[in-house]
Amino acid sequence: MTELRLAHLYPEYLNIYADRGNIAVLATRAAWRGLELAVEAVSVGDELRRDAYDLLYVGGGQDREQALIAPDLAAKGEAIREAVAAGTAALAVCGGYQLLGRFYRDRSGAEQPGAGLFPLHTVAGDRRMIGDCLIESDLVAGERRTVAGFENHAGTTRLDPDARPLGRVLAGFGNDGESGFEGCRLGTAIGTYLHGPLLPRNPWLADWLLERALEHRLGEAPELGELPDDLEREAHLVAAGRARSRGGRF
Amino acid sequence: MPGKVLNALDPDALERLAARLPSGSALISATNGKTTTAAMTAEILSPTVRLAHNSSGANLVSGIAAALLSSRGADVGLFEVDEAALPELARRVHPRAVCLGNLFRDQLDRYGELELVAERWRTAVRELPPEAALVVNGDDPQVGDLARERENAFVFGIDDPRHAVEALQHAADSKWCLLCGHPYEYSAAYVGHLGDYHCPACGHRRPPLDVVARDIDLRGLEGVDFTLDAGDDDRRVQLRVPGLYNVYNALAAAALTLRLGADVDGVASGLQRFDAAFGRFERIDVGDRRLLVLLVKNPAGANEAVRTLVAGDAPRIALVALNDEIADGRDVSWIWDVDWEPLLAGLEHVVATGERAAEMALRCKYGGFPAERIEVVGELDAALDRGLELVPAGGELVVLPTYTAMLALRKIVADRGFVQPYWKQAA
Repeated sequence: MTELRLAHLYPEYLNIYADRGNIAVLATRAAWRGLELAVEAVSVGDELRRDAYDLLYVGGGQDREQALIAPDLAAKGEAIREAVAAGTAALAVCGGYQLLGRFYRDRSGAEQPGAGLFPLHTVAGDRRMIGDCLIESDLVAGERRTVAGFENHAGTTRLDPDARPLGRVLAGFGNDGESGFEGCRLGTAIGTYLHGPLLPRNPWLADWLLERALEHRLGEAPELGELPDDLEREAHLVAAGRARSRGGRF
Repeated sequence: MPGKVLNALDPDALERLAARLPSGSALISATNGKTTTAAMTAEILSPTVRLAHNSSGANLVSGIAAALLSSRGADVGLFEVDEAALPELARRVHPRAVCLGNLFRDQLDRYGELELVAERWRTAVRELPPEAALVVNGDDPQVGDLARERENAFVFGIDDPRHAVEALQHAADSKWCLLCGHPYEYSAAYVGHLGDYHCPACGHRRPPLDVVARDIDLRGLEGVDFTLDAGDDDRRVQLRVPGLYNVYNALAAAALTLRLGADVDGVASGLQRFDAAFGRFERIDVGDRRLLVLLVKNPAGANEAVRTLVAGDAPRIALVALNDEIADGRDVSWIWDVDWEPLLAGLEHVVATGERAAEMALRCKYGGFPAERIEVVGELDAALDRGLELVPAGGELVVLPTYTAMLALRKIVADRGFVQPYWKQAA
C-alpha cells in the first residue's frame, strides 16, 4: 500500500476552523483509493525535514495562538519553500495562509515575518470580512471549477503583481474585498481564506492535493478514480447558494 | 417584541425599570449553560421572592427590557445575558450580583475571538458598582482570573479527580497560560478546558474555591448526585438533569444564590426540584415514543451532550438538525470540531435535517459512519416523522438541534399537541 506522508503544522495551536475536517477528508479519500495517509504533527521546536513529507497542512488560529507560533513558522520558512519547490503539496487555510506570506502588519504597524512561501503580504484591516464565499478556479488546466467556503478575516491580503490567485471571487470578499481575487497558488501549494472546513464540500480540491502528493511520492501522478460524492455535491450547492444570497456583506 | 419597541421609544426605560426592583438584579452569563443556570437559580429563589426573569432565553437588551416590563411587582431581576451584551447590560442595569460561568469558542462569525470577549468581560467587571457581588467559575482560566479584579469575589469549581477526562478535548480553548503563554498543566480537566489547572512556568493557577462540588455520582441519563460544599456547611444534592456540565450549572446557581442570601437548605432543595430548561435535555412524549432534546450550538456544549448520551447508554436513532441562521452561527464549521464519533459508534441511523443537513451528513460520513445509514431529510417535520418511524414503539429518539431548529421543532410538536408552547410554559 502506498503511504503518503502529511505534516500537520502546529495542530494544537492552529485548529480554529475545524481544520481537522480537512485532514479527515484527505485521509479518508486516500483510504478509499487504497492509499494510506500518515499524519504527523510538526510543532514548535520540531524540525521540519524538507524531503520527509508529500503534503503540508497549516490551519488557522486566533490572534494569540498565531502570535505564539509565528516566530517558529518563520524559522521553518526555508524548509517549507524548498519542500514546495521540490513538489511537496501544501494547503494553508486562513491564518496559515497569512503566515505563509512574506509578512503580516498589525494595527500598530508592527510587522511579523512570515514563512515567505507565497508572494503576498497581509495588513490588518478595520473591518472583518465574514460570510460565505464562492470562487471560480482554473487550478485544473482548461477547467473552471467552483470552491465554496466561509471566510472570517480582518487581514487584507495583497498579492504581488506576478502572483497567481487561487481563483476569482463570484460572491464574497476574497483576499482584500476589492481585487476580486481569492487565495494564492504557487506550484503545488495553495493558500486560501476559505474554511468551512474547505475540503468536505469541495472534494475535487482534496483529490487535486492527493494527486500532487502522489506525484511527489511516486514521480508520476496516477489519476484518482471517481467516488460517490452526492452528499459532497449537495453540501457544495447549499454553501454556494449561501454565498450568492448573503456573502460579501459587512 | 415589546422590548425592542420600548427601547426605541424610551431609551432609558431599561435603567428605570431595573432601578425599580426593590432587591436589585442578578446577571448570569456564560457561553454554555446560562439558560439552565438561570432556571436553576429561579427554582431556588422563587419560593421566597417574586422574580422578573427572561426565562425564554431572550438575552439581549430588548429581551431583558421585555421581561422587566411584563413583571411589575417583582422583587428581584434574574437575567441570563448574552456574552457580548454583558458589558452594556452591566452598565445599564447596575446589578447587585454578576455570575460568570465559562467561555468557550462559539460562533466566531458573531462574537469574534474568545480573547476579545474575555477582555470585554474584564472591563465590565472593573466597571461594576463597588457593592456588586461577583461570582465566577474558578475552573475556567479566563473566567476564574476575573476573581483577582475584586475583593470578595465568590469562586466555584469541581474537586473530584475521579471524573477527570484523560486528555483535553480536541476543541479545548484557553490551553495557554493567561499570564505567560506556557501550556497549562491540569491535575484534573472536567469539561473542555474547565478543571484544576496550573502553569508550570509562572505559577498562575486556579483560585481557591468557595463553593465546591465533591463526590460526584453520575447516574447515566437520569441525573447526577454531588456534595455541595459551601465552606462551613455541606449538603448532598440529587440533580434530575445529567452530566458534569450540569454540576457546573448547579454550582453557579448555588454560589450566586448563597451570595444573594439564600441558605444551604434552600439551595439544595431548589436544585433538587429543578427539571430541564426548555430544549436542554428535555423529554417530550410524542404518542407512544419519546423525544430526548439536547440543544447543540458549539463544540464544548455538543461534546458534553455526546459524552452524557454515551455514558447513559444512549438510544440508537439520532436526529441532528443543523441550521445556519444568525442565532445558530452562520459558519457551520464548528460541527467538525465536535467529537461525535463515540455517539456515532452506537447509532443505527442518523437522520440529518435543517438548512445545512448535507453538511452534517458529511460530518458523519467522514467520521466513519456508513453513508447508507445516513438519511438527509431537509424539511424538519418530515425528518421528525422519519426519525420517529425508525424508533420502535416505546423507544426514544435523540434530537440534537441548533437553536433555531430547536425552536422550529418545538413548534412542530406543539402544533401536534404534545408540548405547551414555551411562552405559555414560561408564564
